[in-house]
Amino acid sequence: MSNETLLTRRGLLMKLGILLNGMVAAALAVPVVRFVLSSITLGRENAYVSWVSLGQVSDFPEGETRLATFRNPYVLPTDGQTADTACWVRRIEGEQFQVFAVNCAHLGCPVRWFPQSGLFMCPCHGGAYYRDGSRASGPPERGLFEYPFKVENGTVTIHAGELPTPGTIAPASAKAMTGERVEGTAPPCA
Amino acid sequence: MRVIAAIAQWFDHRLQLASPIRDAAEHPVPRNTASWFYVFGSAALVVFCLQLATGILLAMVYVPSADEAWNSLQALNHQVVFGWFVRALHGWGSNFMVAIVLIHMTQVFLFGAYKYPRELTWIVGVFLLLTTLGMAFTGQIMRFDQDAYWGLGIGASIASRVPVAGPAIVSLMLGGPIIAGATLSRFFTLHVFVVPGTLIVLVCLHVLMVLKLGINEWPMPGRLVRKATYERDYHQLTKADGAPFVPYAVWKDMFFAAFVLLAVGGCAWYVGPFGPTGRPDPTIIQTAPRPDYFFLWLFALLSLLPPSLETAAVLIGPAVVTIALLLLPFLSGEGEKSWKRRPIAVLTVLLIAITLGTFTHLAEYAPWSPHMNAWSGDPLPEQLLRGTTALQRQGALVLQAKQCRNCHALGDSGGERGPRLDTVAVRLTQDQLIRQVIQGGGNMPAYGTNLSPAETTALVAFLETLHPPDQAPAHEAARGVVLGSGPETRASAKR
Repeated sequence: MSNETLLTRRGLLMKLGILLNGMVAAALAVPVVRFVLSSITLGRENAYVSWVSLGQVSDFPEGETRLATFRNPYVLPTDGQTADTACWVRRIEGEQFQVFAVNCAHLGCPVRWFPQSGLFMCPCHGGAYYRDGSRASGPPERGLFEYPFKVENGTVTIHAGELPTPGTIAPASAKAMTGERVEGTAPPCA
Repeated sequence: MRVIAAIAQWFDHRLQLASPIRDAAEHPVPRNTASWFYVFGSAALVVFCLQLATGILLAMVYVPSADEAWNSLQALNHQVVFGWFVRALHGWGSNFMVAIVLIHMTQVFLFGAYKYPRELTWIVGVFLLLTTLGMAFTGQIMRFDQDAYWGLGIGASIASRVPVAGPAIVSLMLGGPIIAGATLSRFFTLHVFVVPGTLIVLVCLHVLMVLKLGINEWPMPGRLVRKATYERDYHQLTKADGAPFVPYAVWKDMFFAAFVLLAVGGCAWYVGPFGPTGRPDPTIIQTAPRPDYFFLWLFALLSLLPPSLETAAVLIGPAVVTIALLLLPFLSGEGEKSWKRRPIAVLTVLLIAITLGTFTHLAEYAPWSPHMNAWSGDPLPEQLLRGTTALQRQGALVLQAKQCRNCHALGDSGGERGPRLDTVAVRLTQDQLIRQVIQGGGNMPAYGTNLSPAETTALVAFLETLHPPDQAPAHEAARGVVLGSGPETRASAKR
């Protein structure tokens, strides 16, 4: 047996020292990693989204599209006004609504509604959408993001809480385009 | 003096630093590297030190909270004595640092300084460029205003398109479900701890390698780099034709550094700090966010790329460029250094500079963005209404009221997203105008459901008047023949 393979007492103690530090590091890493990844895990557990009220049905005249604002359901004490969120509410007729995110489906800039031409226009890269949220022109590859909604006791509520982005929301289904909403359908923002 | 020398000696006996510092300062450099072309690296370091100092000063007042950041910036601008000037120094210092780093990189590339044995110096330099751009981007977020808020949204939208991991990356980036307090806090951590810490380590490595390997000699056409002989040749060169860096070459670095600092200070004094623009309130949607100067080219690229290519180009493009830069010293680690005998290198630099310059120039007036207030704010040129009928004037009103001007220019004003309408009647016949208005197409929305037949008739009647006085409007030849009223029919009748 050569000298290199001999395990001395000091050598063993050093290896044990490395092992000990490795074990302590692994034990500490569990809560630290969970801390770092908490924003991902909370999102996956649907902890961010819930039903929020936008106001009375009567606040939204039939055939018109209006800007509504709501306080994001998940907030930290330091969020301030950044937790206030805007959305476009289109009341088609009766209790038929469409609620669009203000974020352009291209890169998230805030779209503005022009009732005269019936278009949503984006100030950044020139995306445009028709009044039903479908894509009209420009770089977006899909229509506006829609929040699931329901009307309860004359109040319009939407299922919201997360920033809608092109990669996190599947393209709106055919049903989603008709304006029909029922509780229990998979929220597109989840 | 004797006391000072004694104190210095007392310290040096314990620190043992005087000798290595003297060796570093007086290491021999080839005489022809004492050139004004060799001052950009040290200038970048000096501006970085300015950024560290002004950044620390700003952090004494700035509050990295979504609720308070904007107010603390206002306090810096208007309340704290010379707060505006320190903000301006930091903002202009950032612009100068990116510019100088890019110039330094170009010089190093054209002088072949990345070749053997300085490959690793170049690679560390590439990471220094990335961290510098990282500082510029995260710094833009620190100015927590509308541009910063919506800029984060754009960043999240791009990140979300990463296959599979997209949503997780967005959550990690935002620190929560929306752009809010946690987002600003983590970008503050990046801007103040993580990225500058990395930058300091990389700068130390970079400078250490420049000292150990020696500054790149002035490239001579025909003097080729060979791994077997380069280091021997370089040492002979510094021996035969070398001079100590201090003071032989350092005075040019010092003069240029002073000039750069003066330029930063001058810009800060006369132009002042950048922003902040409006409050970062997501319910204020009357905003047109724009990135800072060094990301304008990206803004242009995201507008001009075909939608089908966009995701791939934006996600894969930066990785390809970085890998190409990292591989450069391995692909061309030997051979000619002089730019005079490297035409492809010179053309590459020109191509990149012209491309980035063109994109930046385009983004400064963003012809792809609709002018959101053109329909209500821009007047209709008077001469276009002279001698028009009531129907045509009604059409002009439709053109304004239906926001056509937001994308189409008339006279000197209006959007540039679509073609100018001053001479549209020369390009399109009446039928083509009607079809274009109703069905849209070619990147124009269809107005069929938003215009009544009467409005369409009036609009097209007005559009048909838009042609130069000496140029007839377009007409369909066949239609004239069929209906018996066109110029062809009249001409044949005369014959």
